[in-house]
Amino acid sequence: MERKLVVSSSPHLKSPDDIQSIMVDVLVALFPVALMAVFLFGYRALITMIIAMVVAMATEAIILRKGNFFGDGSAAVTGLLLAMTLPPAPPWWVVAIGSIVAIAIGKQIYGGLGNNIFNPALVGRAVLVVSWGTHIAGNVWLKPVPFGFTADMVTQASPLTTFNASLGDLFLGTVSGSLGETSALALIIGAVWLFYRGHIDWRIPGGFIGVVFLLGLISGGFSMGLYHVLAGGVLLGALFMATDMVTSPVTPAGKLIFGVGCGVVTMAIRLFGSLPEGVTFGILLMNGLAPLIDNLTLPKKFGEVKKINA
Amino acid sequence: MSTIAQEFSKGLLKENPTFRLLLGMCPTLAVSISAINGLGMGVSALFVLLCSNIVIAALRNLIPSKVRIPAYILIIATFVTIVDMVLNAFTPDLHKALGIFIPLIVVNCIILGRAEAFARKNNIVRSIIDALGMGIGFTLALTILGIIRELFGKGSIFGFGVMGTAFEPMGILATAPGAFITLGIMLGFVNFMFKRLRIE
Repeated sequence: MERKLVVSSSPHLKSPDDIQSIMVDVLVALFPVALMAVFLFGYRALITMIIAMVVAMATEAIILRKGNFFGDGSAAVTGLLLAMTLPPAPPWWVVAIGSIVAIAIGKQIYGGLGNNIFNPALVGRAVLVVSWGTHIAGNVWLKPVPFGFTADMVTQASPLTTFNASLGDLFLGTVSGSLGETSALALIIGAVWLFYRGHIDWRIPGGFIGVVFLLGLISGGFSMGLYHVLAGGVLLGALFMATDMVTSPVTPAGKLIFGVGCGVVTMAIRLFGSLPEGVTFGILLMNGLAPLIDNLTLPKKFGEVKKINA
Repeated sequence: MSTIAQEFSKGLLKENPTFRLLLGMCPTLAVSISAINGLGMGVSALFVLLCSNIVIAALRNLIPSKVRIPAYILIIATFVTIVDMVLNAFTPDLHKALGIFIPLIVVNCIILGRAEAFARKNNIVRSIIDALGMGIGFTLALTILGIIRELFGKGSIFGFGVMGTAFEPMGILATAPGAFITLGIMLGFVNFMFKRLRIE
């Protein structure tokens, strides 16, 4: 007989979302970004993304000793996000080590998905930047060749060092850069899907992008503000990395503070630091502060009376 | 009262100062950058620990308990000064690499800890055994960490290249974050092995 009445403890209203469905939504949202990367940087981009995803999923399957390779999908997302932050064609072993570090040290050592303090993909990237900087942030930025799937590539400086790319190129993505960061258009299309599905809140990307624009505006006028938003990894970081549910605050006010903090650290590194880009470390730093922000911005309980300090 | 053998082996395994008691973390993190640094630091600490344990055990009935900590520091500082000068004279490179961490042995928690917890309550022979076990345990731990970090961070062991020319070292292991990551993974591994082998 079919059970019509279920006796259980709360919560009684359940969302149809589970971890796997959310992760699949994120993969769908990243699809236009990945497509744009292959369109601009050719088969090399495809290889980098495949290595990162396969190694990430394999690492997770080995650590959890599970036969299900795809699992809850979070390893695939981590691998793809890691690939998005890498230059188009780093050596294969750099990509593989990045994925292993992201899953093993960034996530599973803390106790698996949900317990990690820092965004796993960014942990992987940070380790790669510190260890093999020449392969990740040196003379590695390929000049994009649209439709040139197997074209020979030449390297050129990143727009964050030269500051001479046009805003239109930055928006479409026909500039050099990491796989997933060049095309603002593709990132926005992906993010619209996540907004539509209700997986991300406007406050984190809003605070992040808003502060980057504002500080860019102060540093060099309106077009410089836009340039700082479109160039580099701000959009990728603000829309896909900082909004990671596990490593960002849950309270509405906390989310806004978190986003603003990411933006301030990013711009501080860009304007005054020795590195050209600061999104990775900005988000990682704020990840560490997320539990504190949550504690400080707890909403008032219904009926709670303000304590009177004696 | 435990036997002499137990007294010696506790420092190596059950109460290993680095992996079990988490004492002396400052030199552990700072000098485990290469195998030779780890070994040099370990042996220096072993020497100071041995000498200070002997002297403190010998004087244990003469030191008034209210001023015992200053007295211990004075005794330890004497031997640290000897180590500092000997290293400077015979191995200037190592002395330079270890730098401030040689004088800092004076306030090393392992040495003060053994003085306070063991040497002042036990006779000279037992204090020597205790110092040897703890000192060798500390030396082994530092050398193991140094080997791991040097192997992957620089591609060599005790300065000899072993990874070939195609190997590109993982720079992060030669930096401070690498020290924390390596130590953390080793602590987890040691705990796992203790649980697996049921050593208690």
